[in-house]
Amino acid sequence: MAEWIDACAADDVEEEDVIRFDHGDRTFVIVRDHRDSYYCTDGLCTHEDVHLENGLVVEATIECPKHSSIFDCATGEVETPPACENLRTYPTKVENGRVLVAL
Amino acid sequence: MPRDYDLTGGDARRALDAGLVTEDWYKTPIDRKQMKALMKRADQPAIRDTLILFGLMAVFAGAAIALMPSWWSVPFWLAYGVLYGSAMDSRWHECGHGTAFKTRWMNQLVYQVACFCMMRDPWCWKYSHARHHSDTIIVGRDPEIAIMRPVVTLKLAANLVGLVDVPDGLRRMVVHASGRMLPDEETYVEAVFYPKTYRTARIWLAIYALTGLAALLFQSWIPLLLIGLPRMYGCWHMVMTGWLQHGGLDDNALDHRLNSRTVYMNPVSRFIYWNMNYHVEHHMFPLVPYYRLPELHAVCAHDFPAPSRSIPQAYAEMLPVLWRQRRDPDFHLRRPLPDGAHPYQKGPRASAA
Repeated sequence: MAEWIDACAADDVEEEDVIRFDHGDRTFVIVRDHRDSYYCTDGLCTHEDVHLENGLVVEATIECPKHSSIFDCATGEVETPPACENLRTYPTKVENGRVLVAL
Repeated sequence: MPRDYDLTGGDARRALDAGLVTEDWYKTPIDRKQMKALMKRADQPAIRDTLILFGLMAVFAGAAIALMPSWWSVPFWLAYGVLYGSAMDSRWHECGHGTAFKTRWMNQLVYQVACFCMMRDPWCWKYSHARHHSDTIIVGRDPEIAIMRPVVTLKLAANLVGLVDVPDGLRRMVVHASGRMLPDEETYVEAVFYPKTYRTARIWLAIYALTGLAALLFQSWIPLLLIGLPRMYGCWHMVMTGWLQHGGLDDNALDHRLNSRTVYMNPVSRFIYWNMNYHVEHHMFPLVPYYRLPELHAVCAHDFPAPSRSIPQAYAEMLPVLWRQRRDPDFHLRRPLPDGAHPYQKGPRASAA
């Protein structure tokens, strides 16, 4: 059973933006879309391990800041290459103003 | 020290051993809010520019055809050729990054047209350019190094009319159409896209064959002057601006301020080149669309070497360096940074040296 981890305050992430979240020896990103939904995905792009924390969030997608691979934040699916491998995503919820992710 | 630019050669292994491959590059710190505003996409600027581009191409081609066989048609062919053989290079580039338009299908449509004009397979060149951004001017890794050391002057000059690029593009097209990839492409293109490359090459060869057939049937140069040949007689502007991107600067360095050049250009060249004269800025922050690069340039100026003031000034700076590199391939320009700028990040090679 995955454990719910307190990742950040909901207000820490602006609308259509992303922040980095490190836990243990792993790195993730927390994304907030244009409708105030939150997502957690692996932090590194599956193409060349570039961190997505400086990426561009448009609606519920995130674009890698180096080579422009675009991923669906909800499913992790690649929408635009060069990445070919989907991004891993994690269940995410907001409770009492905190973003919780199941890792 | 001699350099081996072959992607499967000795310097490819040496770059890996030296920690120069897909490394972290220096980035000028920019406030996240400001960066988000700079990365924001819009359709309007690229739609405007695309309508102007294709409109001008139609007008120039129409005038040229109407004036044939008079010599008065020549200036119109030359103008059409520059838009086909040079402006399409920057459209390939920006749409390949997906930054020109906000709407993805618009990027895709213009990208496909530009790839055809430039004789660049859409998938090979997408991955080639991704590698160029991962390992910019890293010898043995970057497939898009235009000026190799020591300079072979004749080869560079020949490419002003596409005499290197076009035969290479056609050779690759024929190889792809036969269902094969070249060894260098296999180092950077994902295998899942090979079938798309083969199909594209077959379609393009069919188009070129039909163009040649039309020229024969009508006993006219016009089909070839419209399709294919402009990649040769109109590419000089792309080559002229392209050489300035990295020519004479450092290699095997992990800081785009060391290996890339920003040059102020006239408005016509900037339209043809879609602002890629802001080249340090583009490499450091490739998600910023071309129409926001002047703004990004202003934001980064305090941390960048002074830009070249014009195309002639940039050539005056670069050509003596290229000349000297014929005897001393390690020689390169290092431009001073402004007071208060972050020091250059030479990268692992310096620590390994």
